[in-house]
Amino acid sequence: MPLVPPPTRAPAALHPLHATLLAFPTALFPAALLADITYLNSSEMQWSNFAAWLNAGALVFGGLVLLWGLVSAARGRMSWAYPVLLAVMWIAGLVNAFHHSRDGWSSVGMTGLVLSIVSAVAVLIAGWLGFSTLGMGRRA
Amino acid sequence: MRLHGIGAVSAIVLALALSACGKERQLDQTGPRPTLPERQETLLPPMKIARPAGWGNAVPSVPSGFAITPLATGLDVPRQMLVLPNGDVLVSEGLGGGAPKLRPKDVIAGYIKSLGKSGSKGGNRVTLLRDADGDGRAELRSVLIDGLDAPYGLALVGSDLYVANQGALLRFPYRAGQMKIDAPGEEVSKLPAKPNHHWTKALTASADGTKLYVGIGSNSNVGERGMAVEEDRAVIWEIDRASGAHRVYASGIRNPTALAINPATQSLWSVVNERDELGAQLVPDYLTSVRPGAFYGWPYSYWGNHVDPRVHPQRPEMVRKAIAPDYALGSHVAALGLGFMTGGGFGGEYSDGAFIGEHGSWNRRDLAGYKVVWVPFTNGRPAGKPVDFVTGFIDAEGKARGRPVGVTFDPRRKALLVADDLSNTVWRIVPSTGPGAR
Repeated sequence: MPLVPPPTRAPAALHPLHATLLAFPTALFPAALLADITYLNSSEMQWSNFAAWLNAGALVFGGLVLLWGLVSAARGRMSWAYPVLLAVMWIAGLVNAFHHSRDGWSSVGMTGLVLSIVSAVAVLIAGWLGFSTLGMGRRA
Repeated sequence: MRLHGIGAVSAIVLALALSACGKERQLDQTGPRPTLPERQETLLPPMKIARPAGWGNAVPSVPSGFAITPLATGLDVPRQMLVLPNGDVLVSEGLGGGAPKLRPKDVIAGYIKSLGKSGSKGGNRVTLLRDADGDGRAELRSVLIDGLDAPYGLALVGSDLYVANQGALLRFPYRAGQMKIDAPGEEVSKLPAKPNHHWTKALTASADGTKLYVGIGSNSNVGERGMAVEEDRAVIWEIDRASGAHRVYASGIRNPTALAINPATQSLWSVVNERDELGAQLVPDYLTSVRPGAFYGWPYSYWGNHVDPRVHPQRPEMVRKAIAPDYALGSHVAALGLGFMTGGGFGGEYSDGAFIGEHGSWNRRDLAGYKVVWVPFTNGRPAGKPVDFVTGFIDAEGKARGRPVGVTFDPRRKALLVADDLSNTVWRIVPSTGPGAR
């Protein structure tokens, strides 16, 4: 995201708690995507249920890490690209939570799959940005 | 991008989520050919829960020429009723269910719906009410049968009293005038009980008394708990009274909440609650004669062959088999009571027809149901639109004073009885002049 101003100070490594929070959506959103794909292939409702819970868990931790990311970016310790990606992930995930509350095939369908892909891709890039700071000296 | 941008996107999401809350165009959804709009699946279903409020000194409204009194108050979730030959009134009190919460939605929806209920756990008993002096208030009350498991449907054949628990049909010996039955119930048949998403087991006996009919609701809205748990669900069983053997009498009938024999034709009729979350005006709940062997569409289709896309894999051959029911009552009215007029009814315009108790909606912004309606019949078929008969269940602030469930007509005393499971009352309506009046 070259549109955003560069960090005012040198990028800093994630705080261990920040990294731990980031690990949850990084694992859970792609897992939800896999569960959705399995549901669409099997019509077995339990996979849609799994996806709904994985998505909900990812939203809880993802919301916290989004707030942390916003504060870090505002303090100039991280690029704005990081919280923007997390925001895309979280908003798509929230819409997807409502979408997954519909019944039967309507709980996933094409819309649910696309939303799951958006969240999963966004969090994987955000995770790449976040975790690649871990080798750096200071903590964000 | 600054925080404002994120705020704007969040606002769009909220607007999307709330888009279901707009005004709805009112359609004619009663009678044999209801208007069915396009399906509207929204991110958040349209919802309105009427919070409970007591009756205070108020009573439900009835048409002029009728009087209403509380036959009994302080019951524990009264559901269905049965008038015994000596005039005693039996009331089943119970609350069943217990289907597991499978996803986040189940947790949230369960909480939202609980806001419109009394919070009581249900009596798990059958209470007997006796109003010997006919003043409209039962001066004698006793627990006829205790220790039941979410009893709902009641039927009497000769000296056999049948009680439909949520998991079994029981038979008790009954003597006229008896106020307490100590004999243990004999199990006539187990009833499908797991996990009992829809738990109420409606019950009635055939006109000749040889068969019992049990309504067994679906285990989900539209198959979202998987079709494995829907075996022997959304069906009406015919149970042979002598042997206890059962067969499926009708299927695809989502939640048959009350069964009754039409006195003109001696055939089985039911009120049925249809599916949710296709929009505020889908799908109409209905009243229908139950044709033996018929398939009414659930979950694959509604009102005949309107395919429900939420069911996957779809079953076109089942959709082709599905028949449309006889008479729509309106979407989401939650019909739970059905009582035919017998013995000439109240006379006049209320001679031939049926009363229907409508518990009231959650899945639309304008409250629907929350009343007892009268459907006039001619020659054993509905003949005309439903007419409001008992109203006033919603107060001026939009709170629910009561919610009607079972309705039963007592032809000898010319009295209509209405169970109200929110205020825990049984209401009695009689002509204000005539045999039932004082």
